[in-house]
Amino acid sequence: MFTEETLGHVRKGGKEWDKEVQETFRQKPERKERFSTVSDLEIKRIYTPEDIKDLDFAGDIGYPGMFPFTRGCQPTMYRGREWTMRMFSGLGSAEDTNKRWHLLLKEGETGLSTAFDFPTLMGYDTDSPRALGECGKCGVAIDTLRDLQILTDRIPLDDVTTSMTINPPASILWAMYLVVAEKSGVSWDKIGGTIQNDMLKEFIAQKTFMLPPEPSVKLISDTIEFGTEYVPKWNTVSISGYHIREAGSTAVQELAFTLADGIAYVQDVIERKKLDVDSFAPRLSFFFNSHLDFFEEVAKFRAARRMWAKIMRDRFKARDPRSWWMRFHAQTAGCSLTAQQPYSNVVRTATEALAAVLGGMQSLHTNSLDETLALPSEFAATIALRTQQIICDEIGVTNTIDPLAGSYFVEALTNQIEEQAWEYINKIDDMGGMIAAIDKGFPQMEIAKAAYHYQQQIDKGEKVVVGVNKYVVEEEAPPEILKISDELGEEQIGRLNEVKRTRDNRSVIRKLNDLRAASKTDKNLMPYVIAVVKEYGTEQEICDVWREVFGEYRDPGFY
Amino acid sequence: MNFRKKLRILVAKPGLDGHDRGARIIARAYSDAGFEVVYTGLHQTPEQIVAAALQEDVDLIGLSCLSGAHMTLFKRVIELLKKDGAEDITVVGGGIIPEEDIHKLKRMGVKEIFLPGTSLDSILDWTRSNVKPRA
Repeated sequence: MFTEETLGHVRKGGKEWDKEVQETFRQKPERKERFSTVSDLEIKRIYTPEDIKDLDFAGDIGYPGMFPFTRGCQPTMYRGREWTMRMFSGLGSAEDTNKRWHLLLKEGETGLSTAFDFPTLMGYDTDSPRALGECGKCGVAIDTLRDLQILTDRIPLDDVTTSMTINPPASILWAMYLVVAEKSGVSWDKIGGTIQNDMLKEFIAQKTFMLPPEPSVKLISDTIEFGTEYVPKWNTVSISGYHIREAGSTAVQELAFTLADGIAYVQDVIERKKLDVDSFAPRLSFFFNSHLDFFEEVAKFRAARRMWAKIMRDRFKARDPRSWWMRFHAQTAGCSLTAQQPYSNVVRTATEALAAVLGGMQSLHTNSLDETLALPSEFAATIALRTQQIICDEIGVTNTIDPLAGSYFVEALTNQIEEQAWEYINKIDDMGGMIAAIDKGFPQMEIAKAAYHYQQQIDKGEKVVVGVNKYVVEEEAPPEILKISDELGEEQIGRLNEVKRTRDNRSVIRKLNDLRAASKTDKNLMPYVIAVVKEYGTEQEICDVWREVFGEYRDPGFY
Repeated sequence: MNFRKKLRILVAKPGLDGHDRGARIIARAYSDAGFEVVYTGLHQTPEQIVAAALQEDVDLIGLSCLSGAHMTLFKRVIELLKKDGAEDITVVGGGIIPEEDIHKLKRMGVKEIFLPGTSLDSILDWTRSNVKPRA
């Protein structure tokens, strides 16, 4: 990047500056002995051309929309099209959530994103004893096609894309969405959206798991294969670092474990389905956390794109440039928000969102100020959406692409994060890949260590959390929060019973038997799931078949 | 005379909630502070939690719930402990728990609720001063 002459000047200037620093130290020391990121990467006093002297513009930075995609995955980025403002929402019943969706669309959000309640996430119907007390509490309750029809009422499926944060039962919820589209006359090649469908990170971090890793990955490959053939605009997997980070990982761990998960999926589809990598890779999508440490996050996003491009081109020999790009959704860090002085959370979310914008994401969720207290109120969700709109339209950061490129610090940090992430990926490769690493508890324990370390730093005051360990106030009035009624479960069970009464039960049993038989073979299970869903078979009826055929995964309880 | 000096603690995750960052950090903090810790792992029913508490002969159960189902699940644990004559086991909770629920839970018999942002030291101190080994 620089001539020897320039570097000579840099070094000479650096020596003079160092004397100035020593002089200053005689008067006063720095505020801290060690400056580090939220992930505890040590940060130097200053960065200069010396720190990026080996950087190659074409090979390491380049242009957006081109290899290595460091600067973004589209040639014009936000100048061409705003990112999708996609607020993760789901509360109570399908009616409640539909109402919230329409409100957010009216206020200017441009994509939908579904939060499900725990029974739905874990493959249980509302009437299961395991669902006790959970109905609608942390998202919307969906048992059958009927609920999804209500959820998507008056939503133009050929115009709005819908993301669904669902993992073990992902194929079931996707099947419901496909059937709803079909019934409303929208063909499958017209609909777009995402199912999260990333099981490996469930074992590592989010912990909504059902089946053991092997069959879990097989079901994912089924959806990738099915989507490639019939639903070409759908993202059938969203390879997610978000939850890894929320569980307490560092930025490097988030990046490395996510990419290692991605490698495992690509490998499985190639080996199991014998698909050409370029036939499905362009639709792989990603999901990252945008945490508090501004530059660390920007560097992480830039490193992520560059690494994935190398993985796809060099490791998997993909030839289509669209297989090399990494498109990703970002969400601000829920775990960075505080229950104390919750209005301060608006500021945290705004700066985290700004990092995601400068990091070049494709869609963004911004958390609400009250999320450490309850599900977002309308008031809080609207402010969170406004935060994105202000960043997009008012403050000028979308005028040019990747404005932080070339910063000595940002480029050096991008390199540093990439190097450390490769070390993890190599280690996981040596263990035999991500499934083997998960069996050993490797990523789980690495995250647990990082989470504990961070908590200790907070307790010692080495890391500041305003309102928690600094600038604490005694009394404060909490904002008004959303409450989900405990009676909701009964109403939902009422609807479920009515569906079971009015459907053709013999046909449901027949379709479930077909699914059971197919589950014992290598067949793609999507058509069988769709067949059950069409007959108003419930989510749990399908999941019970799988639990019976594949067995259940139990939490090994590492800490 | 009670020769057992170390408190035995069960850290438990009731219900379908998967948020285990807090529970695992607490388990580790208790263990590093010299307590004997059993962690149930995720997705436990109240019945499983109470059975584990009795089998492991613990003095304290720490329930962690961030899904919003705490009112139902914590209550059920307390009821089952009473039914088994083990109401002298101290029960505490943590998670996303609104102010108004804290009072109800305490009336139900939950001894203390720790909210997000609570330091590990304050939880350890509370435990040392409020929990005694069961007779």
